[in-house]
Amino acid sequence: MTKAIITRRSLIAAGGAAALAGALASGAGRLIVPAQAKGVAPTPSMRGGSNNYRPGAPIVERIGSGGFLMTGTVRRAGDGAPMPGQRIQIWAHTTEGHERDPQSHGATLTDENGEFSLDMPQIVPAFGQPHGHLAYDSGDFKTVFLRPVMPSARHKTLAAHFVLEPA
Amino acid sequence: MVFWAAVVIASTVPVAVAAFSPLLQWRQPVYIAAGFAGIIGLVVLLYQPLLAGGYMRWLPASRARALHRWLGAGLVITVLIHVGGLWVTSPPDVVDALLFRSPTPFSVWGVTAMWAVFAAAGLAVFRKRLRLPPRVWRRIHTSLAIITVGSTITHALLIEGAMGTMSKVSLCVAVAAATLKTIVDLKIWRSPARNRA
Repeated sequence: MTKAIITRRSLIAAGGAAALAGALASGAGRLIVPAQAKGVAPTPSMRGGSNNYRPGAPIVERIGSGGFLMTGTVRRAGDGAPMPGQRIQIWAHTTEGHERDPQSHGATLTDENGEFSLDMPQIVPAFGQPHGHLAYDSGDFKTVFLRPVMPSARHKTLAAHFVLEPA
Repeated sequence: MVFWAAVVIASTVPVAVAAFSPLLQWRQPVYIAAGFAGIIGLVVLLYQPLLAGGYMRWLPASRARALHRWLGAGLVITVLIHVGGLWVTSPPDVVDALLFRSPTPFSVWGVTAMWAVFAAAGLAVFRKRLRLPPRVWRRIHTSLAIITVGSTITHALLIEGAMGTMSKVSLCVAVAAATLKTIVDLKIWRSPARNRA
């Protein structure tokens, strides 16, 4: 014969669980669900991001002789799913040329995890601060221009992240 | 004598340090010229208040005034070369700066300083035609000079560029000190009527 034992501890635990569930359910209504509905917000273009842009930079193994690593991710707005095979164009003022120079421009594709990385020459300070330029401009999604600034000119890497929304 | 040696050092060392900056090897001649025009403009800002304040005792007042005018004209020219050279180097960055929509604050201060210099110079050129009471003219000119100096110093300090940090900060401190000292000594904002009473 099994006894239904309701001790004080189990009662409190059950009550606590019920209260927590209730709080989660009502809390979800206020907090969690709208956050999910809004999802991952698209990245806005940065001011000055498109400066010295040259559309259609070729996909390259590396820009110039490399030595500096530009990395980042490309995700889809809403669910934040990584987007493979997306073309990202990169340019900057480096030890090998000005932002305007064709040899300072190159493009790369994201891998299956939506990540990209491109070896490029060392970025050097220009127009006040050392910075890079990145563009998504392939048409399937809205064009985004980024212009991340390096915390220090001595850094050997810089990252920028794209969240794209349908065009 | 020590004072003037300090002024000369403060105004020459920054230029020399910048001339040896490793960044120059990755810049085109126009960009380099534009940068140095900016540095020379900052140096001129050190001499302008010293001339206006009449601290160069060996110069007759009329010569000091004339030199102040010539250096003022030179300052306008350095600003034009500075902005023009940067325009040639990267037109979209300069257009952004001039329209106050640049992402970097240093350029906002730079363009503010540029307009203040132009206004101060314009006030000098049209001094006679404006027919302002001398004290009013002087207060407006000094106000524009304060905006110029303050904005230029902020502009320079925010930039990561060819100038060495130490020499740049020293020069900026010297410019600020010379400007403040002159304003205090010339009693620009003191009402003479109240003083006599």
